[in-house]
Amino acid sequence: MLLVAPLFVLLLLSFCLPIAALLARAVYDPTMHDALPRTAAALDASPGQNVPDGVVFAALVEDLLEAKQNDSLYNLAKELNTLIPAARSHVLRTARGLSSDQRTTRDELIALDPFWGESETWTAITNGVRPFTTNYLLAAVDLHWTAAGDIGAVAPDQAIYRTIFARTFGIAAGVTLITLVLSFPLAWLLASLSGPTAARLILLVLLPFWTSILVRTAAWTVLLQRSGILNELLLGLHVTHHPIDLMYTRIGLIIAMTHIQLPFTLLPIYSVMRTISPSQMRAAYSLGARPFAAFRRVYLPQVMPGVMAGCLLTFILCLGYFITPALVGGPADQLIANFISNYINVDLNWPMAAALSVILLALTLGLFGAFARLFGIDRMKLI
Amino acid sequence: MLLSPYATFADKVRMAVLLVWCGLVLAFLVLPIFVPVPLSVNAEAFFTYPLKGLSWRWYREVLGSDAWREAIWHSIVVAIGVTVLATSLGTLAAVGLSSPRMPARRIIMAVLISPLVVPIIITAVGAYLFYAPIGLANSFIGIIIAQTTIAAPFVVVTVGASLANFDRTLMRAAAISGARPFVAFHRVMLPLILPGVLSGAAFAFVASFDELVIALFLAGPAQRTLPMQMFVGLREHLDPTITAAATLMMALSILLLIVADRLRRRPRTDGDRAS
Repeated sequence: MLLVAPLFVLLLLSFCLPIAALLARAVYDPTMHDALPRTAAALDASPGQNVPDGVVFAALVEDLLEAKQNDSLYNLAKELNTLIPAARSHVLRTARGLSSDQRTTRDELIALDPFWGESETWTAITNGVRPFTTNYLLAAVDLHWTAAGDIGAVAPDQAIYRTIFARTFGIAAGVTLITLVLSFPLAWLLASLSGPTAARLILLVLLPFWTSILVRTAAWTVLLQRSGILNELLLGLHVTHHPIDLMYTRIGLIIAMTHIQLPFTLLPIYSVMRTISPSQMRAAYSLGARPFAAFRRVYLPQVMPGVMAGCLLTFILCLGYFITPALVGGPADQLIANFISNYINVDLNWPMAAALSVILLALTLGLFGAFARLFGIDRMKLI
Repeated sequence: MLLSPYATFADKVRMAVLLVWCGLVLAFLVLPIFVPVPLSVNAEAFFTYPLKGLSWRWYREVLGSDAWREAIWHSIVVAIGVTVLATSLGTLAAVGLSSPRMPARRIIMAVLISPLVVPIIITAVGAYLFYAPIGLANSFIGIIIAQTTIAAPFVVVTVGASLANFDRTLMRAAAISGARPFVAFHRVMLPLILPGVLSGAAFAFVASFDELVIALFLAGPAQRTLPMQMFVGLREHLDPTITAAATLMMALSILLLIVADRLRRRPRTDGDRAS
């Protein structure tokens, strides 16, 4: 038992804990609370005001002055900007007008910048300084807290996440279906053959399976170029008279993802088909079944677990695709994982990345749980 | 073999259609991965056939430029670190899990395998946000630890498979003969499960050598790995150097994985080194 401990502890510390911390960021975000500690306390003490009273304003002025002194003003402005558009310039301008010698009052501050007298500003600040928040999780499914305190849909021009989830699901479903249609007959052929021919053909399936996703995506990047081999081929066969744009398009992405996922769909189907004796079909024929009826009533029900396992595996893996959409897809073909990466690296909106991660992980684990329950955990081992 | 001796014309047509379909699918599966190979010896900077002439210039570019050489070196260093760590910890864990007295086996197994299930972007982002404040981002140690989490499950699975065929009474026999647990492991168990261990090590090496997403988040410019160098090349300045690098990467991983597969499938020999 002690033998398991080193790896178990390593995984807990370097895998489970970081992921838990990441997911926690989706609902726990103390940055605003830490940036405006006095304002947060004052707002807490007197809740329910549209534009709060002088006490809260005094606390705000203190917080702004302190931020100005220890050079954290720019960060504060940036944080506030994620909650209220254009807040950055208001914060910076207001702070410039404050001096520590003389306490600015509520009315003076509103006179200095009417921004502080607006109820939207204070709704956002009140929301933002709460360390526990459901804002990001709601935003990830295009919902938000309305000014009246209900959950409502966000404005259509800001509702992007449902589109992204629908796109990810759509592409995953499409790729799953195409791989199934392509691989089912091949799996049958491989399972029916035996001897060295079958072994050689299986090797042909395993070869791409063993090549890294990056190398295969690189191959497709080369193939799909406007002046690339695929276009040369199509032009040569007179399928088309002009080169087709395949790079940075949905079609190119689906072709590349289908190629990468095909073995994942095929191998579980193949391993189930191998267990079905061909004499069953012969028995069905001799009992008078036509080929289609024999296939539908005898063969298909037995292969179904393999088909479901292969399809579910491909579908789940497609939900988390990152490299291929980043390289082959266009701006309109980016999936959830690419948005998570973008929120971490470009927008620096970590809670939003965390909220999207929560949803992606919940979907993946939920589907895998269903998978394990239906087919047993052993079918997952493809290697 | 596929057709019955009494096949009708319709049966033959169906079979012909099926064979053509399978041939096309196999071509779709296999041809694209070999596309970079001939292009990598193309004398011209084009991605089309026919080749204008043969040359090693893109390989010289890969193996001669400092950026690529450094990236290859970083990848090898990281992959060796990951292989050593994942193989030793993974083998220990698999041995522990195979013990009949192991409690909570299912839950522990689920935790050990979970890195294969969680989308890699979540693993990478989680590691980045967690490692950065404790100084493990932009360091080889950080990348090695994070990649070990995704490589170790392969070792647990392959070693676990060889342990399923291992007769545990041998360990009792060793103990009765006076061997301490470590000696019994080293002299009796390890030689018998060695194919599983080596195959797991090969899988771990390839898992790290091919890994891009964790490296993208955890590596700084000073740790840039070969997949990162390729990713940047594919995104920013696409030239046939990529095809040469892809060919090299593919050759190495396919070679290692075929070795791993052979080891794993090899029927167990009962030869005893100590005899």
